[in-house]
Amino acid sequence: MKTLLKLTEIRKSFGAVRALKGVSFELLQGEVHALLGENGAGKSTLIKVITGAHQLDGGTMELGGEEISELTPAKAQVLGIACIYQQPALFPDLSVAENIGLRLEKVGIYQRVKWGAWKKKAEELLKRIGAEISPDAEVSSLSMPEQQLVEIACALGSGAKIVIMDEPTASLTQKEQHLLYKVVRDLRAEGVGVVYISHRLEEIFALADRVTVLRDGESVGTNSVDGLTESQMIQLMVGRDMETIYPPKEHELGEIVLDVKGLSCAESGTDAVSFQIRAGEIFGLAGLVGAGRTELARVLFGITPADGGSVLLNGKLLEIGNPRVAISHGIAYVPEDRRKHGVILEMAVAENITMASHKRWFKGGILRSGIEVDAVKGFVDALGVKLSSIQAPGGSLSGGNQQKVSVARWLATQPKLLILDEPTQGVDVGAKGEIHRIVRGLAKEGLAVLMISSDLPEILGMSDRIGVMRGGRLVEIFDQANAEQLMAAALGSGEVES
Amino acid sequence: MKRFSREHTVGAALLLLMVSLAVVAPNFFDAQPFISRLASQMPALVLAIGVALVVMTRQIDISIGSQFGMCAVIAGTAAASGMPMPAAMACAIVAGLVMGTINGWLVAGLQLPSIVVTLATMVIWQEVLRLWQKGRLLALPDGVQWFGMSQSAGQATVICAAFLLLIMMAWGMKYLSIGRRVYAIGSNAEAARLAGLAPRLTTFGVFLKMGVLAGVAAVLNLVQSPQIQPNCGEGMELKAIAAAVVGGVAITGGRGTLFGVLLGMMLLANVNPALTHFHQPPYWEKAIQGLVILIAVAADRSRLRKQKQVT
Repeated sequence: MKTLLKLTEIRKSFGAVRALKGVSFELLQGEVHALLGENGAGKSTLIKVITGAHQLDGGTMELGGEEISELTPAKAQVLGIACIYQQPALFPDLSVAENIGLRLEKVGIYQRVKWGAWKKKAEELLKRIGAEISPDAEVSSLSMPEQQLVEIACALGSGAKIVIMDEPTASLTQKEQHLLYKVVRDLRAEGVGVVYISHRLEEIFALADRVTVLRDGESVGTNSVDGLTESQMIQLMVGRDMETIYPPKEHELGEIVLDVKGLSCAESGTDAVSFQIRAGEIFGLAGLVGAGRTELARVLFGITPADGGSVLLNGKLLEIGNPRVAISHGIAYVPEDRRKHGVILEMAVAENITMASHKRWFKGGILRSGIEVDAVKGFVDALGVKLSSIQAPGGSLSGGNQQKVSVARWLATQPKLLILDEPTQGVDVGAKGEIHRIVRGLAKEGLAVLMISSDLPEILGMSDRIGVMRGGRLVEIFDQANAEQLMAAALGSGEVES
Repeated sequence: MKRFSREHTVGAALLLLMVSLAVVAPNFFDAQPFISRLASQMPALVLAIGVALVVMTRQIDISIGSQFGMCAVIAGTAAASGMPMPAAMACAIVAGLVMGTINGWLVAGLQLPSIVVTLATMVIWQEVLRLWQKGRLLALPDGVQWFGMSQSAGQATVICAAFLLLIMMAWGMKYLSIGRRVYAIGSNAEAARLAGLAPRLTTFGVFLKMGVLAGVAAVLNLVQSPQIQPNCGEGMELKAIAAAVVGGVAITGGRGTLFGVLLGMMLLANVNPALTHFHQPPYWEKAIQGLVILIAVAADRSRLRKQKQVT
């Protein structure tokens, strides 16, 4: 098989930060090559080098046997390199066909564009990947997974020889994932080389031919997927043995903390949800993307207030009209998208942690810096946040540490109920284990935890009980379950719903 | 890595300007003209403090020049009608409060874009003034100028009042919850809302404070001359916004300090007197000020680009 892309000892630094210290990587024609590594291992930087967004400092890059220097994004596109990012980069106010046309059109800016032809082409491309999207649809009206499919259609249409996919299934439903797997396999059959980045190991086993593991900016080896086990892969990534992944459940549960009866909200599609959570209990909420789990959390937190049913916290009936009311009653919500809704990237870590609990630090309205700094240091130590200083901006931390800061902010409100929405999404394996231990520790201290997660092993390993949602309803609650049972409940008696 | 600080660069530029003036034209620092100049810059400084808060919250208020003019004319009219000075001052501040409340209600209450809202109120107050005063100069009674004190005592009072206000506001930004809220909302309003920080109430409060400060600025301006022009606020909004931007307040919100605003104001305000003392034609003033603003914004860009590369 022909070598499409060969990277040798690639180095790249940003100021004093050495992001890549010597990465070698080879992509063959018609292979799916997985790129694996903890957050901060250098995956994103490597992609940006391949797509020409970053210039390399050292090492060589060969494309189809020819050495390439001074690669720019435009040049990369001409050479047949396409990249599908985690967050689709489309123009929201333009139609699907216009987006595809703008991306692929090669004429000058004052030349006429044949939009009719592009519409046909768009339709054809979308059909080829099995996406049921109208080329006339405005992109802002599409869901995130649909937008991703449009991105894939663009890559396909550009006739790319090398397609890079950065966590493409992170926001896809099961059905869409299988659609994507099929697209990837079709690409491979056509001789395209696919660089596939994912945190989901089972996905790598299902799809990839070979895997290259990055660690601290270096490639620690390329292996055939067939010869590896999951724990070997994890070991390569973290460079150490993983301890027991999930902390044990060993404590007794207390009184009922949260009692939800027939909770409904027309705006967010929450439909007559009833469940209870006890003190010390972790209640896992499973379901497919779009099943209404985040929406339920947002109703409980007052972002989209309920219009039916009741919420009792420690036996007290609550009327939760906005997040401030929820906070004052002791409900805390760590949102899914920590960069958009959680940590404020420009502000200091300390200010981020104390943000939701100003009453505790501004005694009589005036800040008591001493109390604040002590509390922040306490949280930083207790949660093991790695940082240079508590005054460092939140944006300077890695994903896992940002998540810990986000959790710390809510613990500082001294909540009775902690809602965690995808607490370990996009977090590296090491930090994931730490977050699991923290959450279990909090439950042990008597906190009631509602944990939303799309990671089945996480739900199974962490939860005391598991509720499964589908179409805005809580369809089943399990005391004991296995992955098959959860999946069946999430899908609805074996039928696939999207 | 050392964190970039706009206060340092602007402070250095200001220091450089002052040192070269001390060498080339030491009479720049003669006490009386120096203090007069400083006093005359105080109204714009107070406006700049207010608008800095607005910009940090990721809003804008371009009606502050009109608010300033309205407050000045209302206080002047009140004084001319025989009201004692404290009552006239209170009139200016209440007028500012009312105008700030209107802006705040439209922006925070009705969620209208602040650029459009304040463009509209800017024109409205301007026209109200024009119809009301028909361009007349408003003569002020005795006892208004310098609060009825001697000129030097009056100037000292103006300068002290403005600096006291600056210190109080800067303290508030650091030690009151609203300071954190302003930065948080300016950086990421949705995250701030989820943290229970009441972005709309805070934004409303910031516009309200802006109005009050416009009233204070108008008073500090009023006491410095025997009469006032109804269009005395024209162009003040740009002066104030420029001072904030040069002083390091990010036009995209969430960043900046009031100390930086002071430095930015001092740097821009001294361009004209410096030109005079360097015996250069004063026509260069606006061009140089424009250049300073461009340099400040360009510095922001290149810093942002550096930050992006690291992450």
